[in-house]
Amino acid sequence: MTSGQPPLVSAADPKSESARVQGTDVGFAQLRNAQSMATDSIPILAFPAFRSAIVNAPRQHRRIAALFGASVANQVKLFCVLAGDAEGLLYVGSTVVDGGTFASMTNDCPQVSLFEREIAEEWGIVPEGHPWLKPVRFVRARGANAGGERKLPDNQSGIGAMEFYRVEGEEVHEVAVGPVHAGVIEPGHFRFQCHGEQVLHLEISLGYQHRGVERALLASPAKRVLPYMETVAGDTTIGHASAYCQATEALAASRVSGRAHALRAIALELERLANHVGGLGALANDVGYLPTAAFCGRLRGDFLNLTAALCGSRFGRGLVRPGGVGFDLDAEQCKSLVLRLDTAQSDVKNAVNLLWETSSVQARFEGTGALSQQLAEDLGLVGVAARACGLERDVRHDFPSGFFRLTQIPMSVAQTGDVFARAYVRWLEIQRSYAFIREQLQRLPSGASLSACNALQPNRLCVSLIEGWRGEICHVAMTDSDGRFVSYKIVDPSFHNWTGLAIALRNQEISDFPLCNKSFDLSYCGHDL
Amino acid sequence: MIKEILARIQQGHRTSHYPREAPNLPDRFRGAPVLDSTRCSDTCHECVEVCPTDALRVDGTRIALDMGRCLFCTECTRVCPTGAVAFTKEYRLGARHREDLVVTQGFEPRRKALDEKTRKLFGRSLKLRQVSAGGCNACEADVNVLGTLVFDLGRFGIQMVASPRHADGILVTGPVTENMSLALRKTYDAVPSPKIVIAVGACAISGGPYIDHSQVKNGVDSMLPVDLYVPGCPPHPFTILDGLLGLLDRLGGSSAPSRQARVDAVFNPSRTRP
Repeated sequence: MTSGQPPLVSAADPKSESARVQGTDVGFAQLRNAQSMATDSIPILAFPAFRSAIVNAPRQHRRIAALFGASVANQVKLFCVLAGDAEGLLYVGSTVVDGGTFASMTNDCPQVSLFEREIAEEWGIVPEGHPWLKPVRFVRARGANAGGERKLPDNQSGIGAMEFYRVEGEEVHEVAVGPVHAGVIEPGHFRFQCHGEQVLHLEISLGYQHRGVERALLASPAKRVLPYMETVAGDTTIGHASAYCQATEALAASRVSGRAHALRAIALELERLANHVGGLGALANDVGYLPTAAFCGRLRGDFLNLTAALCGSRFGRGLVRPGGVGFDLDAEQCKSLVLRLDTAQSDVKNAVNLLWETSSVQARFEGTGALSQQLAEDLGLVGVAARACGLERDVRHDFPSGFFRLTQIPMSVAQTGDVFARAYVRWLEIQRSYAFIREQLQRLPSGASLSACNALQPNRLCVSLIEGWRGEICHVAMTDSDGRFVSYKIVDPSFHNWTGLAIALRNQEISDFPLCNKSFDLSYCGHDL
Repeated sequence: MIKEILARIQQGHRTSHYPREAPNLPDRFRGAPVLDSTRCSDTCHECVEVCPTDALRVDGTRIALDMGRCLFCTECTRVCPTGAVAFTKEYRLGARHREDLVVTQGFEPRRKALDEKTRKLFGRSLKLRQVSAGGCNACEADVNVLGTLVFDLGRFGIQMVASPRHADGILVTGPVTENMSLALRKTYDAVPSPKIVIAVGACAISGGPYIDHSQVKNGVDSMLPVDLYVPGCPPHPFTILDGLLGLLDRLGGSSAPSRQARVDAVFNPSRTRP
């Protein structure tokens, strides 16, 4: 029930007629990554049509990038963003739910499970027939249902106080871990159903890091927005800040110089390098192979220090800003960065190759925590976890924006879906990100690194995707008639991938949990927001 | 085995000589703020208005910056017309008392060791249980690197342990979310007394970017007594390390006499150390 051709406007040229696109076969409007469109041209579908578009999406090789509620003009609507990786297009549709319930789609399309639970918790709209309807972050509902009757187990009794899936029988036992773990890591609760050493089922319960980012984005003064974005997931500061800036620039119809795009891309790949190198070191540690663990721990810092050379902060705080980047590099600085990069990369190669040459390491990596390609597709995995299962999904390749419209990084894919595949994809990406950064540092485009960003245009929507080091970061921003955010949805790649970890643990040894966990390397705070 | 040995030779010795040698920080490092109120006019509040966490306060023409809230984003320096606010490369930011984090003019490191009794207990062996209570994982990451061979926390007798029952104190990051407050309380209670609490990062000190959110508690000292504050968003690993060593009086030349100095005071009165 789309109304012909919804007008669609590119960020670069708000009046471009050539940017008009067709409505799609499923009644959703099409748009590209980091483009904005008028909110009144988002199709409002009857729920059955909305439901069938989502349920049928996987058959058309489209993923659910985001499914969320938003309170627009005192009415809670559901919005869905589908991602067509092959055609590089995004599809946006909405629906209005009557009576506070809708027919759950999870049994027909498992990848919406967590999204539906989130909608139920945030907005008090219940997906009827959801097979495992439980809180996601243990928060109270907002919008019209705020303070109203809770349809989910109440937070009164405390976070994590709920029924867990249980396996019963002789010699079956339960292991509960967290929220406080043995290492220096974030809090989360893991509940294992075990038979001896074998894990029959793992249920992951998060929400401990919930600090109200999405709600605050609508309520807090504008000066707080960038700090929020930089701390959605601290190890993905550049990724989330880039997704936010890309969205604001599209909503404000502002241009960013090629130089700023290049510096953002360099920072994004440096972030990937640092985290992948650190991740491989941690994997080595988890199998008790200490040389690589020790070397990579130091080398991760060397890459963080390269980011600090760029902007003073090891995590890239203050670098990516609406309108460009906050710091520039002169020719001398570029030269010195290339030298330091080369030195670090040579040591990384030496340290990481030890992993592939050591049979005891390979014996632990291979076949551990394997996921099939079909499962990865059904669960809607993104990023390294998806590519390790042979799925060709990479925002830089499928939905290129910013500097990746000009230069591509080859996609890194492996087939076996196990710890080895996830580790090897990261190693491939390390080498390719290194080559990319090295090349770009030697030929930075000229121009200003920062230009003024206009005010946000009223009544527009933008979907902004960035391939962070974990995978697809999706921000969906919508403005009201005053040009303020009326809705801001953040989907960290971890939100898609935590279920993948739970499923990968089935029939594994419980002692392999740390190894599997580290191979997915997911964010708690990015999930909990 | 031979390839590991060859790799070890290539990788070299990487442990820093801190505190004997100052760390090599990047040119653009944003450390302690310095303020010059004499440059301020009565009517100018630009820095106060842009500060995302209201770390800056103006009283007449006197400005004050609370490092416990500061994200070191330097938005204030971007808008200040007279250069009254600047950030230096000073990384030694840890302090024992909350009010010592407020800067009104120049900055001198405000480290102070634990009282002698506690220092005698923990000075040469401090075991800490880390609790992440709602942050963004950047502070956790930079606490974690203290265990790498660059910082090698173990050489100072400081160690992160797996159980609070094995710990002498807790090191908290994050603003303390409602959802983590019970777990934090239980962890603290499980640590045997006497025990210390260390708050690392703007979140743990004041709530940081999440100040006054209904979902958070505005930092650790809203529920536990804090013995050391390490400001930053996140603090540099050397800032954290310096804070820990200052607390244990392991820096030499700090406010309290070092162990060597105390030994010398008894046995070699003629020998003086800086």
